[in-house]
Amino acid sequence: MTSIEEGVQLTEVQRLEGHTDRVWGLAWNPVTGTAGKPAMLASCGGDKTVRIWQQRNPSSTSFNCLEALEEIHTRTVRSCAWSPSGEKLATASFDATTAILEQNGNEFECVSTLEGHENEVKSVSWNASGSLLATCSRDKCVWIWEVLPGNEFDCVSVLQGHTQDVKMVQWHPMVDVLFSCSYDNTIKVWAEDGDSDDWRCVQTLSESNCGHSSTVWAVSFNATGEKMVTCSDDVTIKVWSVDIERLQSGDTNASWSHLCTLSGYHDRTIFSVHWSREGIIATGAADDAICLFIESEDHVIDGPKYKLLLKKEKAHDMDINSVRWSPTENRLLASASDDGTIKIWKLASLH
Amino acid sequence: MAPALINANPVVYEKKERPARSRPGDGDFDEYATEFIDQLEIFDILQICLCEFTYHNIDIKDPEHPYSLEELKVITEDAIEVDDKRSYVRVTFTPTVEHCSMATIIGLCLRVKLMRSLPSRFKVDIRVAPGTHATEDAVNKQLNDKERVAAALENPNLVDMVDECLTPSYE
Repeated sequence: MTSIEEGVQLTEVQRLEGHTDRVWGLAWNPVTGTAGKPAMLASCGGDKTVRIWQQRNPSSTSFNCLEALEEIHTRTVRSCAWSPSGEKLATASFDATTAILEQNGNEFECVSTLEGHENEVKSVSWNASGSLLATCSRDKCVWIWEVLPGNEFDCVSVLQGHTQDVKMVQWHPMVDVLFSCSYDNTIKVWAEDGDSDDWRCVQTLSESNCGHSSTVWAVSFNATGEKMVTCSDDVTIKVWSVDIERLQSGDTNASWSHLCTLSGYHDRTIFSVHWSREGIIATGAADDAICLFIESEDHVIDGPKYKLLLKKEKAHDMDINSVRWSPTENRLLASASDDGTIKIWKLASLH
Repeated sequence: MAPALINANPVVYEKKERPARSRPGDGDFDEYATEFIDQLEIFDILQICLCEFTYHNIDIKDPEHPYSLEELKVITEDAIEVDDKRSYVRVTFTPTVEHCSMATIIGLCLRVKLMRSLPSRFKVDIRVAPGTHATEDAVNKQLNDKERVAAALENPNLVDMVDECLTPSYE
């Protein structure tokens, strides 16, 4: 891990315009941005479109809109996620469907539509191997789909447990354990039961065990998968940890414990949190600001603590709905806002 | 939605007399002056008469003359907090009855009206007055969850209802 120095700044390198309504979601294609392959970013929003942006060339920080997909969904597209191979893009919409897109030459086309949720689908996530897909909805359910050859998707489980709409689903980066966060203020951990082949809730992180006191909007993992960060309408960010060796040895009951709470950095709802591969936590909130946090060496006695690396006030003109680090080492951050724009930021040393 | 007489006999209050304010088109109005938003400005914006709301809530004989939120004391000037410098507005409204099922619709109308009228820099919080509604926390949470508001505003029936509520009807 590179050491992250104090003297850094977040500089806007480009503003991507094209969406005609708020931008809700962003996803970097995980296999682009390296080995001479120009980086690719997908975005989606209230204008019902999905847009694909591509770096002009691998050394440039300038992006072009490759395609604007208008026919995929009939209502807001709330979020999007690339499969680990970067070949498929899944999009979750308020029209109650999840679409699967594939690139065919220079064009993207819808190859499958997943139906089943009663109403708005809010989030979609692929597991590490790309064999499973999870979706969640205002109908309080989380669905797990098996990815079959020929763009077939089979629902293998409908998980009920949340008492209100489910805002986001996210698979663990190594192990097939699923996390969901909700308007009911909790984060639930789901794993497959070895004996019955069915999925069940193995842990609920609620206010009574140091969890959030209002809607939990997002969850993200660090590179090693041993820590998780969550953000909420209660304007706090919480870091959780697990015994990763136990988890990787197949014990999906390994429980997550609260490590620390970061408060006082944002003063309105925190909608998005994302942990970079090199260990920087980015948050985006309804106060129009972006914050970056890093682990602090100062309090090693009582466990790892996190400190503010920098706060970018007025990063956008309106609420920030999504922040996403580029998966490669180029220290690029993308942010999406109610102001209809996406910004590409570069984290660079002052000197 | 079936018309239900939730509050058949609401108390109707007199509208308060206010001095006339300068408006665009008035002689002394400087159109290049910085637009400054204050409490009365917000109050004026919220002078909406909820036709649909009154239709469902009040046994109203004359649809041409429904009651405004001011006459029902759902909104008072004192319940509006504005900080123009911080671009912040907080509206606290009082539903006509404690279990008024239209509270979320009224709240949604207030939010939409402010969204359409105020510069986009404004952050708006809408809440029911403490102790005036049976499910206060649930109503507040829903009204301030922008994802739920966005989804609601894609529901054609709900949008029709909101638009009808926000139609200027009399002066």
